[in-house]
Amino acid sequence: MRLEGRAHRFKPNDDINTDYIISGRYKFKISDMDELAKHVMEDISPDFAIRVREGDMVIAGYNFGCGSSREQAPRALKAAGIAAIVAKSYARIFYRNSFNIGLPLVTCDTDWIIDGEVVTVDFENGKVSGAGSGGSAEFRPLPKTMQVLLEDGGLIPHIKKHGGFSFE
Amino acid sequence: MGKTIVEKILSYNSCSDCWAGDVVVASVDYCMAQDGTSKLMIGDLDTLGFETPKTRNGMAVVLDHSSPSPSAEVSRIHGEIRRFANNHGITVHDVGDGVCHQLVPESGLILPGNLVVGADSHTCTYGALNLCSTGLGSADVAAAAHTGKLWFRVPETHKIRIDGSLGKCTGAKDLILALIGGIGADGATYKSTEFCGETISSMSMDGRMTMANMVVEMGAKFGPFPYDGVTASWYKSIGITSDGGVDSDDDAQFEKGMDVDASDVVPKVAAPHRVDNVSDVSEYSGVEVQQAFLGTCTNGRLEDLTVAAKMLKGRHVSRGVRMIVAPASRRILIEAVKAGVAESLLSAGAVIVVPGCGPCVGTHAGVPSDGENVVSTANRNFMGRMGNNKDVSIYLASPQTVAASAICGRITDPREL
Ligand code: SF4
Repeated sequence: MRLEGRAHRFKPNDDINTDYIISGRYKFKISDMDELAKHVMEDISPDFAIRVREGDMVIAGYNFGCGSSREQAPRALKAAGIAAIVAKSYARIFYRNSFNIGLPLVTCDTDWIIDGEVVTVDFENGKVSGAGSGGSAEFRPLPKTMQVLLEDGGLIPHIKKHGGFSFE
Repeated sequence: MGKTIVEKILSYNSCSDCWAGDVVVASVDYCMAQDGTSKLMIGDLDTLGFETPKTRNGMAVVLDHSSPSPSAEVSRIHGEIRRFANNHGITVHDVGDGVCHQLVPESGLILPGNLVVGADSHTCTYGALNLCSTGLGSADVAAAAHTGKLWFRVPETHKIRIDGSLGKCTGAKDLILALIGGIGADGATYKSTEFCGETISSMSMDGRMTMANMVVEMGAKFGPFPYDGVTASWYKSIGITSDGGVDSDDDAQFEKGMDVDASDVVPKVAAPHRVDNVSDVSEYSGVEVQQAFLGTCTNGRLEDLTVAAKMLKGRHVSRGVRMIVAPASRRILIEAVKAGVAESLLSAGAVIVVPGCGPCVGTHAGVPSDGENVVSTANRNFMGRMGNNKDVSIYLASPQTVAASAICGRITDPREL
């Protein structure tokens, strides 16, 4: 798999929590993911939902997605068009949730990535490269479990397909 | 080679001999979702053709995050959750019963050595009861309910040993804030943090729950505490005889060890907008506050209400401060009434809201106004957390510090009162 999309960076770079991704105040107000996508990242980047295009990528530093277990966070990013996230590290629950809903996360150095540049993620060769900066970084292949979940389109389709967990 | 607590529990529940780093599919003993996460879970369960929970001791949904319903939208969601639960053999903890992380332990359906998951990040709270519990997303909890199992990567363990006695007006909340300040918001990501030592042995179950509740704020997956007399008598108080727990072996492999001297800890605050932005309360003393909040799954238990009430007894909340109290459960509220704790709080000018999450996550019961400062016993101070994104500043602290600050109208070191 190979993905190509524009990079979006934010302030702060580290510890972007699930409240920043999608505020808890929408928890009970909006259940439609496309509607929720209109508010994604709004507390730290008010016009992000307007700027983002299908296939774009979120770039971050350490501990992306810390905080609540709300699965609305990766779902809203995916509904907004985000195809992958590239960060130095992730919070545990967010990591699982993203693969569970079929959104791939890549872990590598990201300091070199310029906001707005076109980034390519090559999953076979474990390489991220930037067209604008000319930079690149390598990443370890995704854990087997995560690869299987992505191939099946997420956790629920995986269970439906295998009648349980295929890696048992 | 010996095993850690999590290696033992996951080995037992997966009927395998597993070690840190292995991926296992393990039986889940109990699972839970709350009103903010149930809707997505119900969607997934419908897709799976779910009938009844396969988790060993069943499953609960808790209506606590926006309850009683403040709007037609929430009422619709609550209605849907109740109907689904009733049709599928799921226990409903309804309006006013309390917050999920108090009700699940009180239900007596989770026991030492169990593996528990919940669609709420603070599910790690039950680690206080000598078990492994963790927060997950709605899809994972749906998968656990439907199959009775879930996949886990066995985490490495950080062993945190705490000795020495806590000083005046200093408690479990100050201790866990001090640890988070030192370890950082991602310092224990993915790990199991095992607690032990003299300070833990002499700590009440309420204090242990406060600490276990916040291990996720340093990224941890599980936060198991030891099994001892405190655990046994806590179970006895809810009518259950527990017969022993799980401990790590002396020769278990810990990825990291840490020794903490509790007597060095003083009252702490986590200043906006990061939980690991921790300082001594004196650093911020004098900051004016407009709202003081005592409650949540971190500090809404009887001991928390009692220490705050002691401080407030015969005193009054400062003019211009709204002090809101949310007991963690109906049972706790009843005990607080019986013990005169509720009266002290009310006479001092505090308001008691429905047992549940209260204003913690900004969906009801006390959303602060633009530009206000809040001192709160909650576990998170992220920007916008309490429902308002226009620069509300949330300072996290202990029940004593919150009570002292409410009395003075500004952040106050409780040792001064
Ligand atoms: S009290 Fe706050 S942190 Fe605890 S479960 Fe409720 S909203 Fe979450």
